[in-house]
Amino acid sequence: MPSVTITVNGKKQTANVENRTLLVQFLREHLGLTGTHVGCDTSQCGACVVNIDGYSAKSCTMLAVQVEGANVTTIEGLAKDGKLHPMQEAFREHHGLQCGFCTPGMVMSAVDLATVNKNPSETDIRHWLEGNICRCTGYHNIVKAIKAGAEAMARGGK
Amino acid sequence: MSAPIGAPVRRKEDHRFLTGRGTYTDDINRPGQLHAVFVRSPHAHAEIVRVEASAAKSAPGVVAIYSSADLVAAGLGTLPCGWAVKSKDGSPMAEPPHPVLAQGRVRHVGDPVAIVIAESRDQAQEASERVVVDYRPLPSVSAVDEAVKPGKPLVYDSVPGNICYDWHIGEQAPVDAAIAKAAHVVRLDIVNNRLIPNAMEPRAYIGEFDRGTGDYTLYTTCQNPHAIRLLMGAFVLHLPEHKLRVVAPDVGGGFGSKIYHYAEEAAVTWAAGQLGRPVKWVAERSESFVSDAQGRDHVTHAELALDKDGKFLALKVATLANLGGYISTFAPAVPTYLYATLLAGTYTTPAIYAEVKGVFTHTVPVDAYRGAGRPEASYLIERIVDQAARALKLDPAELRRRNFIATTAYPYQTPVALAYDSGDYFTTLDMALKDADYAGFEQRRAAAGRQGKLRGLGMASYIEACGVAPSAVAGALGARAGLYEVAAVRVNPTGSVTVLTGTHSHGQGHETTFAQLVSERLGMPVENIDVVHGDTARIPFGMGTYGSRSLPVGGSALVKALDKVVNKGKKIAAHLLEAAEADIEFKDGKFTVTGTDRAKAFGEIAFAAYVPHNYPLDELEPGLDEAAFYDPKNFTFPSGTHVCEVEIDQDTGEVRIVAFTAADDFGRIVNPMIVEGQVHGGLAQGIGQALLEECRYDRASGQLLTGSYMDYCMPRADNLPSFKVATHGTMCTHNPLGVKGCGEAGAIGAPGAVMNAVLDALAPLGITHIDMPASPEKIWRAMASRRTAKAA
Amino acid sequence: MYNFEYQQPKSVADAAKAIAGKADAKLMAGGMTLIPTLKQRLAKPTDVVDLGKIADLKGIKKDGNAIVIGAMTRHADVASSDVVKGAIPALADLAAHIGDPAVRNRGTCGGSIANNDPAADYPAGVLALNATIVTNKRKIAADDFFKGMFETALAADEIITAVSFPIPEKAAYMKFPNPASRYAIVGVFVAKTGPAVRVGVTGAAPSAFRQKDMEAALSKSFTGDAIKDVKQPQNGLNADIHASAEYRAHLVGVMAKRAVAKAG
Repeated sequence: MPSVTITVNGKKQTANVENRTLLVQFLREHLGLTGTHVGCDTSQCGACVVNIDGYSAKSCTMLAVQVEGANVTTIEGLAKDGKLHPMQEAFREHHGLQCGFCTPGMVMSAVDLATVNKNPSETDIRHWLEGNICRCTGYHNIVKAIKAGAEAMARGGK
Repeated sequence: MSAPIGAPVRRKEDHRFLTGRGTYTDDINRPGQLHAVFVRSPHAHAEIVRVEASAAKSAPGVVAIYSSADLVAAGLGTLPCGWAVKSKDGSPMAEPPHPVLAQGRVRHVGDPVAIVIAESRDQAQEASERVVVDYRPLPSVSAVDEAVKPGKPLVYDSVPGNICYDWHIGEQAPVDAAIAKAAHVVRLDIVNNRLIPNAMEPRAYIGEFDRGTGDYTLYTTCQNPHAIRLLMGAFVLHLPEHKLRVVAPDVGGGFGSKIYHYAEEAAVTWAAGQLGRPVKWVAERSESFVSDAQGRDHVTHAELALDKDGKFLALKVATLANLGGYISTFAPAVPTYLYATLLAGTYTTPAIYAEVKGVFTHTVPVDAYRGAGRPEASYLIERIVDQAARALKLDPAELRRRNFIATTAYPYQTPVALAYDSGDYFTTLDMALKDADYAGFEQRRAAAGRQGKLRGLGMASYIEACGVAPSAVAGALGARAGLYEVAAVRVNPTGSVTVLTGTHSHGQGHETTFAQLVSERLGMPVENIDVVHGDTARIPFGMGTYGSRSLPVGGSALVKALDKVVNKGKKIAAHLLEAAEADIEFKDGKFTVTGTDRAKAFGEIAFAAYVPHNYPLDELEPGLDEAAFYDPKNFTFPSGTHVCEVEIDQDTGEVRIVAFTAADDFGRIVNPMIVEGQVHGGLAQGIGQALLEECRYDRASGQLLTGSYMDYCMPRADNLPSFKVATHGTMCTHNPLGVKGCGEAGAIGAPGAVMNAVLDALAPLGITHIDMPASPEKIWRAMASRRTAKAA
Repeated sequence: MYNFEYQQPKSVADAAKAIAGKADAKLMAGGMTLIPTLKQRLAKPTDVVDLGKIADLKGIKKDGNAIVIGAMTRHADVASSDVVKGAIPALADLAAHIGDPAVRNRGTCGGSIANNDPAADYPAGVLALNATIVTNKRKIAADDFFKGMFETALAADEIITAVSFPIPEKAAYMKFPNPASRYAIVGVFVAKTGPAVRVGVTGAAPSAFRQKDMEAALSKSFTGDAIKDVKQPQNGLNADIHASAEYRAHLVGVMAKRAVAKAG
């Protein structure tokens, strides 16, 4: 079995995996980071989105071995020193989540959007969420939350 | 800070979800756990000739493989049905057994045939491919209107015509008479498209067996753990309740699909007992598509009789309802007691007759999905009312007003059994029209026309019945369960409160809403209140969450339990304050002797209850821990008007929603932020049904054509607008909170509003009806055929 | 998913060596199609050869009158590239609408073209722009590349290294997406270079194709009106639950007109 070393949420993690082990399996099963979810098997729902070396990606559509040496941030790594990330805080404030299952992917995707687009419009946000499916919220409050979260990130220089 | 009723309190549960620290079933792993994979039928209908598992059994990591023969040998029962419907002639519905694993025949693509259990999921998967099942394929039927035709394949040899039941409600003769002599009769043939619920968390189960105590535990993605304990324990595994614990931890959405007792739950729990090790199964999404109960699927003919002024005289409805290949847990009730009893809608229609045939087909079982019967009723009524407005050349809002039940008419007895307790359809209609700028619509239509777009506006004035009740009435109608709810308020010695509720939250925010009820009543901050649900070992009992019942029924139980806490607190306070109990009042978290400043804080009373050194032990037990059961006196009746405005691209047939406005009556509102969120979510599912979603089977083969998100169209953010939502509450008269429930309203009102808007846009072309979903090609074809007709 | 041998060669030559003689080895670019296929157990390769660590295959440059995109350049990089946006904005626009953001962050130009999914976007652009596909063995003209559904002119051990897109005078891409998968039901790329106009159509048929009747009409007059009477035959077009062949044929006309209008 190959050994992979991946920096996850700032911590170097080494594990023996199979070649077929997906990144999401590495996170959930090897590291116990169960915040990253699996909601489909066709790479469409986005519940598994994480950040890899600065961009968002679907951890269900990557092999752990592909990510050797990379920096991965998951939903568990977003809050710092017990303080929610501005995007997490915006989701809470604007009721951008209900059952919470799509939420980690939504938040990780939203953080990436706010990184590439400091002031996204409602249309930008709705278009960006093409790869994140939510069945609970009707997206209304997610859109509101992302707008507010992006503004907060821009203010905070993130 | 106390967080009273009416405050938009931010949700207590959000922190764990936002930081990735929720605990969903698939996040749980038990020591020594095995993994299960099901072998499923690739055929819609086939005879199982042979299941040969010897090669698979020797595959690496395999621990056991079971098929139906093993379960039969072990004496397992079949999956029970919780609601029996009687046919017109009084005969019971056909109730063929629903085995845990298919016996002799498979009846839909995805029907489980065997369970393969191995050390790892990959091993179970690989071994499952080596299980050889010889099938003799048989002809199948998947469409409900096909299945009832003579000579079609039978799902059960014992059920002629595939008719599970042939049920009716209302009186036919007066309806026929009214239709025969009415000034106007509007007729409509309409399909309510089959949907797949698609909660984002796929179903997942872990069965566990304690060899020491003989106790079983099931971790399950369900909406009602006590019901699963009863159904699985009593009917399938023959385990008494005290030896079976059911835990539903964080659950990622349900929408009805996680109410039912599923075969996989029983299989993993039983297997855990056989093997003495935990057995885990997690559905892949493609499995969810062929094994989660599906929703809707009606084919209906309806006739509405009106007098010359547009007053409704009678409504006659004939519906074929697809039940699928087996009867799911509550399936028979959905197209009968949850559908036809709502056919009065918000109107005074004096005579209504409906007949409903429940029909077996070779498809995945159909059961309640968000709204369950009520969206079908509301869609039918609101479409035919719009057709009538068009036929009589009346403003659709005006026609509705002419027929609304007067605000002074409550309680109002409909001709289809239900008695509405309160409502005000005029106000919500006016609010919605104002917020949607109805007055300015024709100008917008003209402006859109200049851009080459067809613009339309549609409305729906829906009503729903929530919190199925009372138990005795439901029982008389065939329910095999009680429909009360249970709450316990455990005041801890230092004054914090643990609420145990038999409802279950899988997105609805009960941990916050229920805490607000306690906060308001006991005058304490929500931080000091924990709401616990989803574990039969912790919660006394409960019926779970469905049908927008949690607050009207579960909240009412909580109010009753709080009453008991306060009453006992008064007794303790009277003793401590040396006053008569009748002189103690409780307000703002303090027990006070009326008219004095002598008072004891709630926390002091709690402490005294648990440390009873100065306490009336002769008359009163120590402790402050009260439970209550609440059986509702009636359904609740949320209502409202939804208005949708659309634009249609004439070149492609694409529909874009440009505005959506909702004005709803949910009675009293505890947390307006959560209520709005519930409405938004319901609207998205209703709009999804109208424009995007359709579960389709190949008519010839019974194969599911929409078996993944590649083909089943889930609403995305860019399909939807931001919504305008408002509320106007008339209080429910028979529950202590005046609440009505809000979880399903969006999915009930939206389909009618959207389709009426689409057809309003297409009206200038002479198009009068399109079935959902109004896909681009359907609209393009309708437009093209009208243009061809006009040109000819 | 079935297990497989995995290699991450550092050069194209090593990659070619890694698959040489292995009938059931698979090259993996971004993996956006291959990994879902593996997950569904629809493929059982003995070896997966990951091109992700070959630095030479990444990058975008202007080379004379063409934009050359390395095969392993991600859609997100093409979409945001100033070089592409300056020279062929329509190509950046096409890349910006492939899949979703997370897919664009992994999926690659070369992977998409080599896979030749009938509903992929790139093939329409490759045909309309008359691109040249550069491999480790040769250069292949766009017209010779797409051979049928998921079939291309590539030999078993042939690896795309770059795609060279000649810069047109104007161009635009319009797509009518499948409402569920968001792949193209029909996508039409029009490109005008001097008097010559090329029209690439994806989604409509088993493999992307050029709409030559439209090309002829647009070469005379680059306006929507010029093609309003050009009928796309429905013969041989795809049909599924989302769109019949007849509707697809109709959409080819609508998207073509819109693309011409967008190209300006």
